[in-house]
Amino acid sequence: MRVWISGLAVLADGMAGWEQARAILRGEDTWRPTPCTVPQPTTLAPNERRRTSPIVRLAMAVAAEACAAAGCDPAQVHNVFGSSNGDGMVVNTILQALADPAAGVSPTQFHNSVHNAAAGYWTIGSQSHQPVACFGGYDWSWGFSLLQAAAEAVVEDRTVLLCVYDMAMPQPLGQKRATRGTFGVGLVLSPHPVPHALAMLDIDYGPQNTADTPLTLPDAQATTALRVLCHDNPAARCLPLLAAIAKGGTHAIRVAGDVGHVAITVTPC
Amino acid sequence: MTATMTALRMTAGTGISAIGLGVAQTLAALRHRRTGLAPCDFAGITHGYAGSVAGVETHALPPALASYDCRNNRLIDMALRTDGVANAIMAARAHYGAGRIGVVMGTSTSGVLASEDAFCAMDAQGRLPAGFDYEHTQDLFSLARYVRAALDLGGPALCVSMACASSSRAFMDAAYLIHAGICDAVVVGGADSLCRMTLRGFAALELVSAERCRPCDARRDGISIGEAAGIVLLERPDGRTMSGPPAGFRASVLGYGASSDGHHMSTPHPHGAGAVLAMQRALQSARLPVDAIDYINLHGTGTRANDAMEDKAVSTLFGAHVPCSSTKGWTGHTLGACGVLEAMICALSLEHGFMPGCLGVDDVDPAFHTDVLTGNVTRPVRHVMSNAFGFGGANCSLIFGKAA
Repeated sequence: MRVWISGLAVLADGMAGWEQARAILRGEDTWRPTPCTVPQPTTLAPNERRRTSPIVRLAMAVAAEACAAAGCDPAQVHNVFGSSNGDGMVVNTILQALADPAAGVSPTQFHNSVHNAAAGYWTIGSQSHQPVACFGGYDWSWGFSLLQAAAEAVVEDRTVLLCVYDMAMPQPLGQKRATRGTFGVGLVLSPHPVPHALAMLDIDYGPQNTADTPLTLPDAQATTALRVLCHDNPAARCLPLLAAIAKGGTHAIRVAGDVGHVAITVTPC
Repeated sequence: MTATMTALRMTAGTGISAIGLGVAQTLAALRHRRTGLAPCDFAGITHGYAGSVAGVETHALPPALASYDCRNNRLIDMALRTDGVANAIMAARAHYGAGRIGVVMGTSTSGVLASEDAFCAMDAQGRLPAGFDYEHTQDLFSLARYVRAALDLGGPALCVSMACASSSRAFMDAAYLIHAGICDAVVVGGADSLCRMTLRGFAALELVSAERCRPCDARRDGISIGEAAGIVLLERPDGRTMSGPPAGFRASVLGYGASSDGHHMSTPHPHGAGAVLAMQRALQSARLPVDAIDYINLHGTGTRANDAMEDKAVSTLFGAHVPCSSTKGWTGHTLGACGVLEAMICALSLEHGFMPGCLGVDDVDPAFHTDVLTGNVTRPVRHVMSNAFGFGGANCSLIFGKAA
């Protein structure tokens, strides 16, 4: 499957946008794990905005930035959202309430607990009537969501916004599902060449089990630090692909699944 | 995309719910208009009615997959062992190869009951029990991984989670994998199981009826929650020559359409604009005119808002003449599993030429414009539409036809 990246956005600890991420991945800037600041979703009415949690705001921010970078209308793209834990904060809070006979479940928290909450708020904010798909793939959400976004772009012959995000899992659920840091990535994938494309991707699935292509940056310390991030936050596993785009040139990237892998050939435009 | 390209074959399929395990029991319950809903008595929750699957508490997973043990994975394992679908999938694996068969499962809450139990058993230091395995139970991906492991498949696995539209949308994502050439066949389906989160969550939203749910009734006042699982083997149209009796049901997926309301997280768009769009897109994808649809299996949850919205949406597109009904009076609202469960009901409708009228309706809402069936009708059925709408404004419509 061949798609072109027409827009790219990153919002993560120490990466306040694609420009900064690119500089870090090229070795032109130093990565520091500064907690990332997530902006308020200005597209939502104040009453809706109040109900959004940090992870919803993270997803909405990268989705909006990716569309802006691609110069496309957020209301026109098809949407594929991937997240391993979804809104772990809301799920954790509801689980605590359910274990307490005296506590009630908040109706707002309950409707925010659905895995498609971020995509739902995104479509409300962008007044979109376009389709949404939402996936959960444990440590492998990034690769399988990318595969599926490319499949939808090619089969439907439509531009697809891919948004993959995860945040730290609060306690006590974090005892059993450690996830650290904040990482969100947005890619606008076009099934046709576009003048301002960052790269062309050839994406396929292979049933052979392989490891991820390791992240390798010019700086050894940055390589080590960001490999830890890839391990700690499933959305950060996009970093080897982003590093290939940042560096330029042609690269073959493998993203491991629990079974099989997603193979990506990156060709600069 | 052309209609011939859209059409995919469902070469085996089954479902389990409160009305039975597999096609024969489900068909008998539908024909005899026997509900599966009973007063709720689950984890101390006794409000309203619920549809539970008989035998799930005692069902055991194969020892090699014991780490996946939770109510939700037991349900999907029970489905795999119903109507011979696992054997049918083994035959497809022998033909296509394990790496060419994907798995796409839909669920809203996966094995969250396991986490609820773990939180109830937390010790005084706030430690969750040592034996609690989040990765293989509550995690969403657990369901798809379980199915792939149980069937020893090697294609891509996906878990779709978008509330009550989950397993309907799973059909679309399975179709994309086949049409993109990644897979020759996909095991598509889903499961959602009774848990405190949905029973108390929907109660907090005041959406659970104290009585059995009665979709489309003038006095309807909410849902009854049910649990279900379903498995369908979806294959490319030029895949294999099929012979012999089917494992469960056979039918065709002729079209699909999705949309977003872009309106509100838990309240449907009042005029059903998103629902209309999903149904229109499904018709376009199937290359069928509105008058080709003989029966619509409604989302029909039994809430005031959903059923009124859906009536507006269906009548906007189809007028007043297409027979419609909801089967949630039998099964309850099985949330993320309703798409695949109702795909089975649609396939039974096509194969046996009957339409199950809504159960428990005294008076159809007088404000409705659609032709709501309240009794079963026997008549040949060529094309059926199935709707699913979820929180977050996710809408999905599927069109099924007879087995090719």
